[in-house]
Amino acid sequence: MPDISSNLAGIKSPNPFWLASAPPTNSGYQVMKAFDAGWGGAVWKTLGVPVVNVSSRYGGVNYRDSRLIGLNNIELITDRPLKDNLHEIEEVKKYFPDHAVVASLMVESRAEWHQIVKDVENAGADGIELNFGCPHGMCERGMGSAVGQEPEVLKTIVGWVKEVSTVPVIVKLTPNISDITVPAQAADEGGGDAISLINTIQSLVGVDIDNFVPYPVVDGKSTHGGYCGPAVKPIALNMLKNCAQHTNVNLPISGIGGIENWRDAVEYILLGATNVQVCTAVMHFGFGIIREMIPGLENYMVEKGFDSLEDMRGKALGNVTNWENLNLKHKVIADIDEEKCIGCQLCYIACEDGAHQAIGLTENNGTRVPHIIEDNCVGCNLCSIVCPVEDCITMVRKDDGTEVVTWKDRQEEGSAPTTFNDDRAGGIGHWVPEPKDALNKK
Amino acid sequence: MGEFKKPVSEEEFDKNFGQIKPLMNQTEAHLESSRCLFCYDAPCQTACPTSIDIPLFIRQINSGDLTGSAKTIYASNYFGNACGKVCPTEVLCEGACVYVEQNVKPIEIGRLQNYATDQAISENKKLFELAPENGKKVAIIGAGPAGISCACELRTLGYVVDIFESKEKPSGLTVYGVAPYKITNEEVLDEMAYLKEQFGYSVRYNEPINSKAGLEKLEQEYDAVFIGIGLGNTSSIQLAGENLENCFGATELIEELRMNHHKVEFGEKVIVLGGGNTAMDAASESAQMGAEKVILAYRRSKTDMGAYEFEYDLAKGVGVDGWFNVTPLKIVGNGKVEGVKFARTEVVDGKLVQISGSEFTEPCDMVIRATGQSKQVAWLNQIGGLQLDGGNRIVVDVKTFQTTNKRYFAAGDAVNGGMEVVNAAADGKQAARGIHDFLS
Ligand SMILES: Cc1cc2nc3c(=O)[nH]c(=O)nc-3n(C[C@H](O)[C@H](O)[C@H](O)COP(=O)(O)OP(=O)(O)OC[C@H]3O[C@@H](n4cnc5c(N)ncnc54)[C@H](O)[C@@H]3O)c2cc1C
Ligand SMILES: Cc1cc2nc3c(=O)[nH]c(=O)nc-3n(C[C@H](O)[C@H](O)[C@H](O)COP(=O)(O)O)c2cc1C
Ligand code: SF4
Ligand code: SF4
Ligand code: SF4
Repeated sequence: MPDISSNLAGIKSPNPFWLASAPPTNSGYQVMKAFDAGWGGAVWKTLGVPVVNVSSRYGGVNYRDSRLIGLNNIELITDRPLKDNLHEIEEVKKYFPDHAVVASLMVESRAEWHQIVKDVENAGADGIELNFGCPHGMCERGMGSAVGQEPEVLKTIVGWVKEVSTVPVIVKLTPNISDITVPAQAADEGGGDAISLINTIQSLVGVDIDNFVPYPVVDGKSTHGGYCGPAVKPIALNMLKNCAQHTNVNLPISGIGGIENWRDAVEYILLGATNVQVCTAVMHFGFGIIREMIPGLENYMVEKGFDSLEDMRGKALGNVTNWENLNLKHKVIADIDEEKCIGCQLCYIACEDGAHQAIGLTENNGTRVPHIIEDNCVGCNLCSIVCPVEDCITMVRKDDGTEVVTWKDRQEEGSAPTTFNDDRAGGIGHWVPEPKDALNKK
Repeated sequence: MGEFKKPVSEEEFDKNFGQIKPLMNQTEAHLESSRCLFCYDAPCQTACPTSIDIPLFIRQINSGDLTGSAKTIYASNYFGNACGKVCPTEVLCEGACVYVEQNVKPIEIGRLQNYATDQAISENKKLFELAPENGKKVAIIGAGPAGISCACELRTLGYVVDIFESKEKPSGLTVYGVAPYKITNEEVLDEMAYLKEQFGYSVRYNEPINSKAGLEKLEQEYDAVFIGIGLGNTSSIQLAGENLENCFGATELIEELRMNHHKVEFGEKVIVLGGGNTAMDAASESAQMGAEKVILAYRRSKTDMGAYEFEYDLAKGVGVDGWFNVTPLKIVGNGKVEGVKFARTEVVDGKLVQISGSEFTEPCDMVIRATGQSKQVAWLNQIGGLQLDGGNRIVVDVKTFQTTNKRYFAAGDAVNGGMEVVNAAADGKQAARGIHDFLS
C-alpha cells in the first residue's frame, strides 16, 4: 500500500484528511470520535473571546433531488470558554499523539494573540491556524475576513503570532477578494508557515417568498452568510491553483472547499494541496465518510503508481496555463453512441438554442437519436455535458496533434484579428442560419 | 398454450430464462448509487446476514472506486457477486431500505453489489493479502456457499485448506439449485474460479466423503474438519405413485435443469406439490420450459405458504396457476404419471382436515414434489459425539459454529435446516473464525 501520511509545514498526520475548523470540531468529544473513525487531523473550531450565536444558523441549497450541494451559515466562532477547549485539546492529544490537532484562532489585540498562542501551545496543539476568513459577523468587528482582505493588516498579525509561536502557523484565507494571491503573499512575507483556503464565500442562499426574508430567518430578519459545500469546489480549486503557481507564494497549502470523497481530495492534491480539510460533507454525512476516502485515495495511488502523496502533489499544475497558450489547432467534435442514446434530445435543444445548431434530428424514420452536423460543431462540449447517459456523447479528437498554433503565436506573427469585421476571426467560417429561419420552426 | 415456447437451443433457453436482475450498465449504476442516502447505522446493512457495509460500497461506486467497492463487499461476503443476484433482497436489505417508508422504490442494492463485484471478477483484481501459512490444515466437506466461504476466510488466516466435494462443480446449490433466471451457470462459476485463484484453497471434485473410514482419515490428516454438506434429496411424502415415471423430486429435477438446460424434457401439463420457495421455483421453471399448463397445488391456504410473496408473484407472472386447500391423495398412472388425485381441505378448530366427498383427479403428465429436502442423518451419525437437534440439524455453538465433537465445525443448510446462500456464506465465514480460535 502507498504511504498516505502527510506533513504540512512540519505538522504530521497519518493521512491527509483533516476536519476543517467548524462545528464538527467544536469539542474534544467530536474530534476523538473523528480520529477514531480514521481522520488524520482536525482544526479546532476557532477559539477567541467566546461569542453569542443566534438560533437558526444555516440555509441549504438543494438541487432537484440532491440535498445540500451548498450550505450557508451565519455562525460565529466558538461560544465555549477557552479553558474548556484547552482542556479538551490536551485530552485529545493524550489519546492521539500522532494525529494533527491544530488550533484555529481569532482575536484582536497583539496581547490577546500572544496569550492565546501560548495557551494553545501549552495545551499541546501541533499547529495554529489563523482564521482570517470568516466573512460574516466577525468581520463587522474587524476580525476574520476583514483581516484577510487587508494584506498589510494580515501580515502584521501573522508577525505578532510568529513573535511567540513555536509550532507551525497556517494562515486561512478568505475567498471574498478579487486576487487571493495578494493575501497569500502577505502571509508568506509575514512569516506564515502554510496557508489554507478557502473559507466560506459571502452568500444569500435564497428567500422565503411568502414572508419576504432570506434564509436563515432569525425572528423575521436575516443576514448574509458564508457559503461552502460541493458547490464551492470549483472556486476553491482555481484559488488553490493561483496560489500554488505563484512564484512569490512559497508556502505549502491546505486545500478546503467542497471536498466529500477521495476524488475531490485527489483533485486538490494534483493542483498542489499538501493536505485537505472537510467541513460540509461531515456536517451532512458524519465522520463515517472517511471510510470511503482513505481506500479510494490508496486505490488511486496504486493504480497510478504513486508511492507517496508528494509523488502526486501538483501533477496537474503544469497543465494549467494562460488561455493564450492553448492550441488553437486542437479540434474535437461530438460523437453520439447510437446504441446508448435514449432519445431525450437534450443535446439537440442545448446545441440548437444554446450553442451552434450543430445537432440535427432525424425525421420520419422512427428514431429519436439525433445526429451531429460535423461541419457546424465547434467542439464546445455542451451536448456531452447535458447528455444523461454515461459515455454516450464523447468528444472525438479530429486534428492529429502535430500542428500547434496559439493565440500568442498569432499575435506575434500578426495573424490575430484586429478590426471589427476582420476575416481572420474564428466565427467567419462557421455556418449560421438566417434569423428568419427561426420562425419557420414549429 | 403457455406463454413460453419449449426451448430447443441454448439461445432459446436463455431467452425463456431472462435474468430478473441483469447486470447494470454504467448509467444505471451512477443514477442508482447517487440515490443512496448513506444512512447512519443503515438498516439495509443490519438486514444483511453478512452485514455488508452497504452505504459504503454504494458510495464507492458513486465516486468511481469500484475496486474499493468490491473489497468492501468481499470483506463481508465471499459470495458477493452471487448474492447480489440470488438473495431475496425484497425481504433482506432492500426491504429494509429507508426509502420504503415513504413508498419510494428502495435502492437496488443487489444489482449494485453485482455491478461492483463483476468488475473485480472480470479483471481478476487482487483484493486481499493472505497471511503466511501457519502450518495447520483444515478439511472441508462440501464446496457449497458454507464450505467455500469457510475456506476463503481460513486462507486469509494462513491455513492450508482442502475441500472435498462429491459433485463436479463448486458452489453447491448456487449452481445446482437456484433458479436459472436468477443467475447463470457461467456467472456462478466465474466467481468460484476467481475465489479459488485469489485464495488458493484446493478442491477435490467428485470425491465424496462417504464412510466412517473416510472421516477418520480426515481426522488424522487435518487439525479440524468443517461440515458444509447442506441437505439431502427431496423427502418422500409417502404418497402412492411417487415412483411412477415422470414424478420428480424438485431438487433433483432442478439440478438436472441447471446442468442440461433445454435438453431436459418437461411435461405439457405439470403439477407441482408444495408451498415453499422451491415449489415456486419448480413451477416457474416448468412454465419457462414450455409446459402448457402448470398448477401449483398447496394443501393449505395461500397465506400459509412458506414461500416469499414475491416468489409466488414471479410464478404467477410466468403463468402458473395457484391451487390452494387441495391435498394430494395419490399420484395416478400406469407406469407413467397420468394425474393426481386430490381432496379439498379446510381448517376446523385449527386443524387441517379433508372435506369428505371432495376428492377429484386432475390429469397431468408430470408431477414435481417440492416437499422439502431431507436431512443427511445417516451420514452425520457416522461422526462420533455429533449431536443433532429435534429437526435433525447439527447442533453448534452459535458463535463459533463448533459442533459437539470438538474437532468438527459446521454451518449452512445442514445447521440452519435450509435457508439462503447468504446465510451459509455468513456462517461459513464465521465458522472459520471459530476454527481459528480453536486452533490458536
Ligand atoms: C431449489 C432451490 C432454490 C434455491 N434458491 C435460492 C435462491 O434463490 N437464493 C438463495 O439465496 N438461496 C436459494 N436456495 C438455498 C441455497 O441454495 C442454500 O441455502 C445454500 O446453497 C446452502 O449452502 P450450503 O453450503 O449449506 O449447502 P449446499 O449449497 O447444499 O452445498 C453442499 C455441498 O456439499 C456437497 N456434499 C454433500 N455431501 C457431501 C459429501 N458427503 N462429501 C462431499 N461433498 C458433499 C454437495 O455436493 C454440495 O456441493 C435454494 C435452494 C434450493 C434447493
Ligand atoms: C457552520 C460553519 C461554521 C464554520 N466555522 C468556521 C470557523 O469557526 N473557523 C473557520 O476557520 N472556518 C469556519 N468555517 C469554514 C470551514 O472551515 C470551511 O473553510 C468551509 O466550510 C469550506 O469547506 P467545506 O466546503 O468542506 O464546508 C465554518 C463553516 C461552517 C459551515
Ligand atoms: S441538528 Fe440537532 S441541534 Fe440542529 S436543529 Fe436539529 S436537533 Fe437541533
Ligand atoms: S442527450 Fe444523449 S441521450 Fe439525449 S438525445 Fe442526445 S445523445 Fe441521446
Ligand atoms: S437504507 Fe437505502 S438509502 Fe439508506 S444506506 Fe441503505 S440503501 Fe442507502
